[in-house]
Amino acid sequence: MSAASTGSATGSLTVGDVVAERTVHLTRESLVRYAGASGDFNPIHYRDDVAAAVGLPGVLAHGMLTMGLAVGTIESWLGDTGRILEYGVRFTKPVVVDPETGADVTVVAKVGAVDDESARIDLTVSYAGATVLVKAQVRVRTV
Amino acid sequence: MPVNPELVGRDFPPTAPYLVGREKVREFARAVFADDPQHVDPSAAQALGYADVVAPPTFAIVVTDATLQQLLGEPDSGIVLKNVLHAEQKFRYSRPIVAGDELTAKLSVTGIRAMGAAAMVTSESDITDAAGDHVVTATSILLVGEGDR
Repeated sequence: MSAASTGSATGSLTVGDVVAERTVHLTRESLVRYAGASGDFNPIHYRDDVAAAVGLPGVLAHGMLTMGLAVGTIESWLGDTGRILEYGVRFTKPVVVDPETGADVTVVAKVGAVDDESARIDLTVSYAGATVLVKAQVRVRTV
Repeated sequence: MPVNPELVGRDFPPTAPYLVGREKVREFARAVFADDPQHVDPSAAQALGYADVVAPPTFAIVVTDATLQQLLGEPDSGIVLKNVLHAEQKFRYSRPIVAGDELTAKLSVTGIRAMGAAAMVTSESDITDAAGDHVVTATSILLVGEGDR
């Protein structure tokens, strides 16, 4: 995992600025770990035979794992996660996690809009060149 | 449409209190690659003004699981887990969840809309603390397909 962030949530923000980005390498172990931590034991997230039986291209990462790791990208920039007022995503494409090579999920966080007290941070979340979350937006308090 | 439209506005009882444990927060933070010290180190959380470690923002989904079970448990809902796809998720926060919180979730189904042979179900879980104050509202949109259990 590599991570980088620029500036701080209380500094001056300009629409279009990248505030943080990182790539997270997911493996099958990551999925088992998330299943245990979250209580979501749907077998499509760890059994190839079940994933194949329901017509999936392979074992998938939990959508909520992708949503969770995406917002984690901006935490050091935010400082205090209590600044997060709203966070929402649409799940569009699945992240297929290969048993040997895993999957690299890349997150880029950009300033989407700014007002007097808050900013909208737009997360671009992609895997294998495709966007996996749409309208992934975090509204944060900036004062 | 596979889902019973009468679920909208139905009154669901609050879920049993969920006590947020420090080790659970640490375990969840590690699972979602949330490596900021506020999630694992009580002194880092206290420096930000919190009583104990701060749960990552999406931890609220763990507390809302009990409301999903309520929805699936309604005998007349028409919702079968294997036909459910998570289409959208949103959280609106009054404050972050912190270890030591005792949280209760109250479910309401706010919308059901036919989409071809499937249905889009919007459910909201209002999560409050032991004092009754709002912590976070989790809104889930589920795409529910047809089929028997």
